[in-house]
Amino acid sequence: MSTLLLLIITGLGLGALYFLVASGLSLIYGLMGVLNFAHGSFLTISAFLGWEVGRRVSDGTWAGLAISAVVGMLVGAVVAAATEYLLIRRLYERHIEQALVTVGLALASVALFEGIWGTDPIYTQKPEWLGQTTEILGAKIPNDRFLLIACAALVLGGIVLFLQRTRYGLIIRAGVENRSMVTALGIDVRRSFTIVFAIGGAAAGLGGVLASVYYGYVSAHLGSVLLIFAFIVTVIGGLGSLTGAAIASVLVAVLQQFANYYLGGTGDLVVVIALAAVLLVRPRGLMGKVA
Amino acid sequence: MTEPILVVDRLSGRIAGQQVVEDVSFDVPALGVTALLGRNGVGKTSTIKSILGLIERTGEVRLAGTRVDRLPTHRIVQRGVGYVPEDREVFGALTVGENLRLAERDDRPRRDLVERLFPDLVERRAQRAGTLSGGQQQMVSLARALVNENRLLLVDEPTKGLAPRIVDEVAAALAEAAKTVPILLVEQNLHVVRALAERVVVLSGGRVVFTGSASDLLDDDDRIRRYLGVHDATSEGRSR
Repeated sequence: MSTLLLLIITGLGLGALYFLVASGLSLIYGLMGVLNFAHGSFLTISAFLGWEVGRRVSDGTWAGLAISAVVGMLVGAVVAAATEYLLIRRLYERHIEQALVTVGLALASVALFEGIWGTDPIYTQKPEWLGQTTEILGAKIPNDRFLLIACAALVLGGIVLFLQRTRYGLIIRAGVENRSMVTALGIDVRRSFTIVFAIGGAAAGLGGVLASVYYGYVSAHLGSVLLIFAFIVTVIGGLGSLTGAAIASVLVAVLQQFANYYLGGTGDLVVVIALAAVLLVRPRGLMGKVA
Repeated sequence: MTEPILVVDRLSGRIAGQQVVEDVSFDVPALGVTALLGRNGVGKTSTIKSILGLIERTGEVRLAGTRVDRLPTHRIVQRGVGYVPEDREVFGALTVGENLRLAERDDRPRRDLVERLFPDLVERRAQRAGTLSGGQQQMVSLARALVNENRLLLVDEPTKGLAPRIVDEVAAALAEAAKTVPILLVEQNLHVVRALAERVVVLSGGRVVFTGSASDLLDDDDRIRRYLGVHDATSEGRSR
């Protein structure tokens, strides 16, 4: 029982990280049809700069972590918005060029990060409580999992509120369904594109800072590793569906944890098999719209 | 004579490299309903989309004397063009209220008019538009255009696939709207054209082949057969 609980909560924590990256990917694809391979770079730069600022202010404390998180979100939002404005905007409806540019940006940024921070992981300090465990029904749960789950829940709630309660949210929801009709109502949908990139970048930025807490280090490849699983989550959840991304994040991460524990470390393989199964049985994903 | 609200001059349109509208020229008077007619597939919807810039186009489009063919779609619409697309294109995941709120272009929406013309929509404000019947979705689509003060309405096949009772309601709503705003109407139903339109523009093979008063076309069975490939039952009824 305690092992099951540990696997589930650890899976939820990892799923929270996946969701923070996948939420932006899914919204960006849903509204703009852009598969953003540079999304992992938003996460990595945010993790590095969040760590750089946080450790200078107060390393290994809650205050330092809070500052890292704020810096990470700001950096993620600004870098993502700038990427959309400077690079992607000229390439809407040109999918091959978009893929080439975002893949190129991802590769170049990893090289840049390695040039600045080196190729080895840099181990980070975290508040003492996050390094401890809490016993629930006999399972010793690492406390950082609770932080990850709480942050992802807050981000999900925040994005849902934004989408449901604001005019831009309304435009984005309509744009995900039928972008040209939004334009035909007299709305400049491109402004929403930048906002969606910024929101996705902020969520990925927070994900970067929390990933450094979860893994205990920052590295130039942090974003690339998480991006692969975030793409899998986005496809399984249904491209463009935020709820689908949230559900698939949890399913994928929990499945991964169970397979790692019970099937001899085959978590990654099982996740890829799950992706193939979903693509075969339900190509639009769990909650994706019918093409 | 007043200046036309819309002048289309040598307009051509392409979809995925394929020419769908070729050198089309006509104008829409500042009052009344002008029907854009033609057989299936002649490019009526593509002409409307070309005017709005929803597809790749060349040629001139003037709205109230100002060229708009170099503007993106949203800027053309902001200049006072309401659009009711073929197949309604309501946002199915949004509620009726959200569909209407999204369409409001300024802080003076004509909600009273919409509520008067489509009382059913008031009751269904919280209902998802995707769960409405085809007729109700058409009401939402029309209401989205009428909720704003427009200089021109582009209405594309508003009665397509609707039950006769709903067709009458849609025609009544358009007649009401036409009292205050000129309409360019694409319509296959000649009963509706006869009831609403003063002028007609007929397309064939992507080009304009007839422009004139509605009665000049609709009272001439030979022209109807030649241009539209149909027999007008309304004219038969009239002649009895």
